[in-house]
Amino acid sequence: MKARRADGGWPWLFVLPTFLGVGVFYLWPLLKTLYDSFTETGPFGGSAWVGAENYTTLVADAEVYRAILNTVVYTAIVLLGIPLAVLFASLLNRPGLRGAMVYRTLFFLPYVALPTAISLVWRIIYNGEYGVLNQALKVIGVDGPSWITQPWFALVAVALLGLWMSIGFNMIVLSAGLKGIPGELYEAASLDGASRVQQFRAITVPLLTPSIFFLSVVTTIAGFQLFDQLFALLGPTNPVMPKTQSLVFLFYDAAFVGNDRGYAAAVAVLILAVVGLLTVFQFRFQRRWVSYD
Amino acid sequence: MTSRNSQRLGSNRLAHVVLVLGSLVMMFPFLWQLKMAFSSQAEIQSVPPDVFPSKLQWSNFSEVFQRLPFLDQFWVSVAVTAGRTIGQLVLCSMAGYAFARMSFRFKGLMLALVLSILMVPSQVYLIPQYQIIQSLGWLDSIQGIIAPGIFSAFGTFLMMQFFKTIPAELEEAARLDGCNPWQTFWKVVLPVARPGLISLAIITVLASWADLLWPLVVTSSPEKMPLSVGLATLAGYQGTISPGVLMAAALMAMAPVLILFVVLQRRVVEGIAFSGLK
Repeated sequence: MKARRADGGWPWLFVLPTFLGVGVFYLWPLLKTLYDSFTETGPFGGSAWVGAENYTTLVADAEVYRAILNTVVYTAIVLLGIPLAVLFASLLNRPGLRGAMVYRTLFFLPYVALPTAISLVWRIIYNGEYGVLNQALKVIGVDGPSWITQPWFALVAVALLGLWMSIGFNMIVLSAGLKGIPGELYEAASLDGASRVQQFRAITVPLLTPSIFFLSVVTTIAGFQLFDQLFALLGPTNPVMPKTQSLVFLFYDAAFVGNDRGYAAAVAVLILAVVGLLTVFQFRFQRRWVSYD
Repeated sequence: MTSRNSQRLGSNRLAHVVLVLGSLVMMFPFLWQLKMAFSSQAEIQSVPPDVFPSKLQWSNFSEVFQRLPFLDQFWVSVAVTAGRTIGQLVLCSMAGYAFARMSFRFKGLMLALVLSILMVPSQVYLIPQYQIIQSLGWLDSIQGIIAPGIFSAFGTFLMMQFFKTIPAELEEAARLDGCNPWQTFWKVVLPVARPGLISLAIITVLASWADLLWPLVVTSSPEKMPLSVGLATLAGYQGTISPGVLMAAALMAMAPVLILFVVLQRRVVEGIAFSGLK
């Protein structure tokens, strides 16, 4: 019935502004980037078709592999935030827990803070000489490294910041998942004498797997687009950057610092391909561990 | 029953211990920032650290306005966030409504094209978007920062999903009362869609206030940058601006979103949950 109704020209009034905007600012740029990735920027701004040259350079570029490895390490550490968030969210969801609202506010603060502003704070916390982190480590007898000037430590520092920022979002998603678990399941389990830990493992975790899956997909996609925390925590001119850079930093550097648009476009296509492949892989693999009943 | 209750109380005590430890880790950087914003440079760099500043350095805050184009950047952030949010609320709700409720030619194709960009990382669009803004002469301008962000496939999708849940009888009644589709949308459907609009607004405000890469490439003059970019590019100033001033600036830059969150907490949480699960 509804489908047969003639709406005349009205729908176009509603849809065209968005469709044109998306066309101009997203669909066309997508095609343009694909095209650009086969060109080279000339000294006076023009560009010339170079075939697959950018891609052969890309494949031979050690920096690209380093950036991929950095992104993998970063993403793996941020993914550890998911089990932590499961623990916190399930504690927060306990019936009769007092002060849940207060806890929730505190856990969500990092998620709503301005990333570049809070990165400045962490930069001082991480400072090798007077940073409070190393001073705390000294109390337990550990000599902390100079976190943001040594390659691997800098990467870990960026990842810990990413983990800290993501917990709040993870908890929001998991809380919604927890609310969907019927309380009778726990009633029945405790009548059968199952302990809290057994209930957590047999009921909570399996029924949360769809939320956990969603989070792992979103975290991986975001992880491979690492830029903001890296840029703000370490600073673009940090000497450590060549060793800790991400794919997006490589892209930014080629496009807007090195003015090598064709190569940058190829890096962008690589990011698209990697994110696409990882997402497809996660969706394939989910059948083994996600339960939807 | 009593034994179960006391067991629950006992284990909630353990829950509180874990949650308090977790909240401390979450809160610590904010508290430390607050402390540093009121400390002198010597106090920030002292070893071992002082837990409280000996004398509150209010001058850090006034110095922010002298040393950095803070107010300019603040207003750029406000204008960009307001522009993007209002733009998305209007455009995404219109398009979402048409996709959810109207029939027209090429609807399936248009929807597929709009949604196809959801999975594409934003870097893929960045260079051509930059070139468009450049040819419009909008580099280093507020409209240049706002432009691509008022169109959103995600927002359109979110509103479309929301409109699908609204009962059709409402629109039927409006039509019988003689409303044209625009009047129906404006007077009848939008007021009912408030929860969806609020979710979209919250997500857009947070994302827009925090956005870094796009405004970073579009702007070059410090006073035309939003705060996100202004603070991120401070690395070069490090030697000349004392850390206490930086902390005061960072505190003031994040204050608006933190206040928004604390005041509208439930709405923010629901908004993010709503958008995250679709």
